[in-house]
Amino acid sequence: MTGKAEGSLLYLDDVSVSFDGFRAINRLSLVLEPGEMRAIIGPNGAGKTTMMDIITGKTRPDTGDVLFDGSVDLTRLDEAAIANLGIGRKFQKPTVFESHSVEDNIALALKGRRGAFAALFHRRSAAEQGRIDVLLATIRLSDKRDLLAARLSHGQKQWLEIGMLLAQEPRLLLVDEPAAGMTDAETAETAILLKEIAKTQSVVVVEHDMTFVRALGVKVTVLHEGSVLAEGSLDAVSVNPKVIEVYLGR
Amino acid sequence: MITSFLIDSLDRRGRVVVALLVALALLVPAGNLLVPEGSAFHVSTYQLTLCGKYLTYALLALSVDLVWGYCGILSLGHGAFFALGGYAMGMYLMRQIGSRGVYADPVLPDFMVFLNWKELPWFWQGFDMAWYAFLMVALVPGVLAFLFGWLSFRSRVTGVYLSIITQALTYALLLAFFRNDMGFGGNNGLTDFKDILGFPIQEPGTRAALFSASALMLALGFVIASAVVRSKLGKVLVAIRDAESRTRFIGYRVEHYKLFVWTLSAGMAGVAGALYVPQVGIINPSEFDPAASIEAVIWVAVGGRGTLVGPLIGAVAVNFGKTWFTGVLPEVWLYALGALFVVVTLFLPRGIVGLWETVVSGRSKPAKEPDEAGEKAGEAA
Repeated sequence: MTGKAEGSLLYLDDVSVSFDGFRAINRLSLVLEPGEMRAIIGPNGAGKTTMMDIITGKTRPDTGDVLFDGSVDLTRLDEAAIANLGIGRKFQKPTVFESHSVEDNIALALKGRRGAFAALFHRRSAAEQGRIDVLLATIRLSDKRDLLAARLSHGQKQWLEIGMLLAQEPRLLLVDEPAAGMTDAETAETAILLKEIAKTQSVVVVEHDMTFVRALGVKVTVLHEGSVLAEGSLDAVSVNPKVIEVYLGR
Repeated sequence: MITSFLIDSLDRRGRVVVALLVALALLVPAGNLLVPEGSAFHVSTYQLTLCGKYLTYALLALSVDLVWGYCGILSLGHGAFFALGGYAMGMYLMRQIGSRGVYADPVLPDFMVFLNWKELPWFWQGFDMAWYAFLMVALVPGVLAFLFGWLSFRSRVTGVYLSIITQALTYALLLAFFRNDMGFGGNNGLTDFKDILGFPIQEPGTRAALFSASALMLALGFVIASAVVRSKLGKVLVAIRDAESRTRFIGYRVEHYKLFVWTLSAGMAGVAGALYVPQVGIINPSEFDPAASIEAVIWVAVGGRGTLVGPLIGAVAVNFGKTWFTGVLPEVWLYALGALFVVVTLFLPRGIVGLWETVVSGRSKPAKEPDEAGEKAGEAA
């Protein structure tokens, strides 16, 4: 089992999970190479978010293997441990800390010691401040750094959350519908930003917006009823009759 | 390092509060002891003790706010920690009575002689020593809170469920302390205190000193709470309050953070209880009454949760109202308290402090309560 996973960054094999008899994920297998960017598409209820929940430790699979880095068994770890291992997650609905300033949101996400006592006596170092400044510039919120996150627009919150994700310096980013609720211009910029990120980190993007997926130009996995229906380039899966039937055709 | 950590922690408003409390600690006892009776500035011993009691309530309110206002843990059982601190102090005061009790037993308190006990139970050992008793004042509630918190936060019990368990905790203790076999004086509790640290407890000088101690302890509690809240840990606590699961996914062990602030808060409540007991002269199981814990939550809501000054103002204002009401219209008080809570919840979500800030800055109230919105977002994710 470990042999097959060798060399992969994320390895899901024969994973199933049921909620009250409903099979949200049904014998799902997926392999992600280091440095790879992957788009995941599928109709509502296909199990996209549940798959993210399994990878990040929120949901335990009933059966199957979930391995990170070829050997680390993610099913035995909790959310915090998985996050510190280097897996970052952006939620479908932007979830930022609304009563903190934009800058503090980034500062909290910044990679570093996570213990309670380390936090109690923590003083922000010049290096950390520099890193925060760079990140704020990347997500174009430098001039809004002192604003409460609650006051940001929807698109700005999405970007702030991407900034928080980058601050964690994860090796794998799970991004759930980053373009949801964005204007066309913001969507295009988000695609550019994600491609930039994908140069150094592995990224999994769940998305409904086909123009966005096309703009990313990466390998696509189509999920349906909790398992993989098709895999390949967007053009290849678009002409797959099974995919057309369950998803694109409707 | 700790000292600079504490001093740096105060903002301008915090410095004003600490300065006021220190001034209070000096001026009120002076007004009681030095200013002659009949002068407009004289403070009667009754007023002094009453205000001292309010200050201990303010410390309790501060401890409730630390967990509720900043970490979203609504405790409906903080009175339990307050009472435990009070009992620890009461045990010390009982041992100070010595052979001056009705039965004149040099070691055993009266109620134990009455129950025909031959020797001191193990948990009463050491309470003749002030340092040990004063340590227990914070340690006993702290350890109980640690165990309780460790079990519930690890199992991710949150929200209403946690509130109900805290209520059950204080109710269980209420029933337990009512029993004579527990060895805490049953429903009479501990009373008839004579001395504290060798000073007669009824003397005006001792009462003035107890008032000062309450004011200074409140100031210290305020400084500690301020340091915690303004540290990065405090920011993580607010993050947990607003979006708990998001905080987990960034890599913070939410349960550790909750446990820290919960235990600290319980210790603070214990100290408040310990200062309360010598000033009112009695501790009995009614302090564990769930209603008392709920009242403390109301103080915080009225004053303004999520602010450090709010609970102080709320505790003093509501208790002043209580003293006044129960004197003038005793039967109306509970209705007034209930109405106050409804009015504050509906119209003043950020309490008196929030109202004041709105008036001063002239700006409209914040877009929404971060609490509910954040929690829902976390759920949806």
